[in-house]
Amino acid sequence: MRSVALVLALTAIAVALLALILGASGMDVGRALLALSRGAAGSWDAVLSGTLVRATPLLITGLAITLAFRAGVLNIGAEGQLLMGAAAAAAVGLAWPGLGLLAVPTLLVIGAIAGGAWAAIAAVLRLRFGVLEVISTLMLNFVAQYLLSWLVRGPLQEPQHIYPQSASLAESARLATLVPGTRLHAGFLLGVLLAGMLAIVFARTAAGFRVRLVGANPAAAISAGRIDAARVAFGAFVLSGALAGLAGAVEVSGVTFALYENLSPGYGFSAIAVALLARLHPAGVVGTATLFGALEAGAVAMQRDAGVPSVVVSVVEAVLILLVVAAEQWRTRRVAAQVGA
Amino acid sequence: MTVAALALEGITKRFGAVTALDDASLTVRAGTVHALLGENGAGKSTLMRVAFGMLAPDRGTVRVAGTAHTFATARGAIDTGLGMVHQHFSLVPALTVAENVALGGRGRFDRAAVAASVRDIGAETGLLLDPDARVATLPVSAQQRLEIVKALSRKARVLILDEPTAVLAPDEARELLAWVKRWAVGERAAVLITHHLADAFAVADDVTVLRRGRTVLARGVDGLTESALVQAMLGEALTVASGAPSAHDRTGAPVLALDRATVVDERGIERLAPTTCEITAGEIVGVAAVEGAGQAELLRLLAGRLRPSSGRATVPLSVGFVPADRHRDAVVLDMPLVENLALKDAAQARSWMPWPALRSETDALMSRFDVRANGPTTPMRALSGGNQQKFVLGRELAEGPVALVVENPTRGLDIRATEEVRSRLRAARDAGLAVVLYSEDLDEVLALADRVLVVHAGQVQAMPPDRTRVGRAMLGAS
Repeated sequence: MRSVALVLALTAIAVALLALILGASGMDVGRALLALSRGAAGSWDAVLSGTLVRATPLLITGLAITLAFRAGVLNIGAEGQLLMGAAAAAAVGLAWPGLGLLAVPTLLVIGAIAGGAWAAIAAVLRLRFGVLEVISTLMLNFVAQYLLSWLVRGPLQEPQHIYPQSASLAESARLATLVPGTRLHAGFLLGVLLAGMLAIVFARTAAGFRVRLVGANPAAAISAGRIDAARVAFGAFVLSGALAGLAGAVEVSGVTFALYENLSPGYGFSAIAVALLARLHPAGVVGTATLFGALEAGAVAMQRDAGVPSVVVSVVEAVLILLVVAAEQWRTRRVAAQVGA
Repeated sequence: MTVAALALEGITKRFGAVTALDDASLTVRAGTVHALLGENGAGKSTLMRVAFGMLAPDRGTVRVAGTAHTFATARGAIDTGLGMVHQHFSLVPALTVAENVALGGRGRFDRAAVAASVRDIGAETGLLLDPDARVATLPVSAQQRLEIVKALSRKARVLILDEPTAVLAPDEARELLAWVKRWAVGERAAVLITHHLADAFAVADDVTVLRRGRTVLARGVDGLTESALVQAMLGEALTVASGAPSAHDRTGAPVLALDRATVVDERGIERLAPTTCEITAGEIVGVAAVEGAGQAELLRLLAGRLRPSSGRATVPLSVGFVPADRHRDAVVLDMPLVENLALKDAAQARSWMPWPALRSETDALMSRFDVRANGPTTPMRALSGGNQQKFVLGRELAEGPVALVVENPTRGLDIRATEEVRSRLRAARDAGLAVVLYSEDLDEVLALADRVLVVHAGQVQAMPPDRTRVGRAMLGAS
């Protein structure tokens, strides 16, 4: 319930901010907002094929970030992990087109493994040499991006060797459509399920509790709990990468059906905002991912129908994050002040 | 009558529904050391924050050398000649001594001039510091000297020192108090906020006692007895137990054992020389040491929290450990009490967490150890220091451990909470636990311990709890 209220409040703030920015730059506020809301929620098709399809990769990578940040691991590399997951899934799907019913599950698992392996590079660097994961994961994003660029021009390029993209996946390797006639695929449902699972893992399981402990106070987890904090953080790091990789596989198997250079418009980065806005609660991530999906789907419509540059929406997203982070700080300080008095 | 160096008259300060100060007063005569005493939460720090302009009082007057002031900020207080040394230092570790002194000053930073003034103050007062030393490399006692020098460089005539001896070894504390006594002459005066009665008797001319925000005692220290002071602080007669160690015979079985165990830190420096010792059931072994002598390593070996670099440590799994830095090492402040209880066994926990059962365990622990909080779901952060410590001690004793290792268990606690913690330790010993206790407060070690391990420069030696012998051994005197 609290996360629903949070998302509604955030939505209201986002719209108000947008109106303010548009008004201040002398644009037709009414027309722009109308176009935005039509693009995001004007019809069933807008919601299902626009907002929710956009929300899906944000949701799954948002969960990836949530898991890592809760463990105190600052994984900034969901973008790269997503791309590697997408590449691995596409490679396997194209190499073995005859997998039949097993094709989709295989692709998703392969995507998760690839994302986890990509994160494991940074996790090992952290564990063995103390390399800060903020730096290593950020840098590995570039490596992944250029690796992808090479793949779609090299070994995975479509047979005509004209476009920098792969061939299309067989029908059997594509995720099922949830609502006939729309683009909404089973990946969204998978994301919601994963959010529920992650919420339960945090709240009810021993492993989830250890992750929260290590993230909240590693020294106490080690000293009072005798927890192998490095191991727990390592596990959360790799699993976080696996989730991001899964998001990439879902995108390939559910939306693009082929590997493209610019497969992701920065889902892995937006995911950080999605997770922080949800205050690292998995259930909240469903809401904030949907909000961001709506904003981005609406932004496209706004640019098309009202001539307002879609980057305005990025400004709104950024301001939302600042607001939430500031509110969080303010709340913590108030609690501390009350106790200290 | 001469004008008081600092006078606080009829100060009232409320925080919401809580009245922190209720018509409190304090008069500090020039040329004296004034001890401000009171239990935790009695209002000592609040009163001094009012004096220093960090808090605006709801009612009352602050006079410095006779003139009434209304400070909007600490800057105003500094300008009238007040200086404050907080318990937690406000230094920038990466900067040098001179740079720290210059911080908060105005105008251009003239390194040579600031360095010269640091040297001048050193020559004049005996607070010697190298102006070019980086603060991060200074020992705690030197950092405290720097805090005082900072105040003096701004021409402070009244120094307010908040628990200045809490972080110091006994000899350093004695030195500091002697310095304060020498310094506070003529126009100058010092206020010592403390809950160490001994500090007050050692140097103070006058004493003010606060209880629940009111001034309940203000007089000269001559003819004042310790029991009168304790009674004023607590509001009732309470004997300060200077516990006679039980006349038990050490026939218990060895529970913890070290066999030529050493600890070498990551820079390759030996923190603990080869140590062999046994702790048996039913005794309290006190550990006495000055800061950084290797006692932290010894305690962690005995608690099974550290593996020896060489040699052997025989430590059962069920050892309770109460570390000195509660907030860092023992609890998660942002988590509720029930999760802080579950923390203890989190490494062994499998599959599902039994939260309902853990909540009732938390309830039981809270009533058994008199932890005052609203319930198992209260965040740890909302508890007072004393209640946090009782919770941690209760948690570490909850599952019937065979041994308990405690480090500075009463630091920062008021007299009542201190006495409760101490009686828990005695009860644990009497119940047959092997108890290891380290405290910065040597008197606490001597009051509770059946025998003492003295650590000096990584060397451990065992001896009976004899004040003179232990005190000399701590300092490395033979």
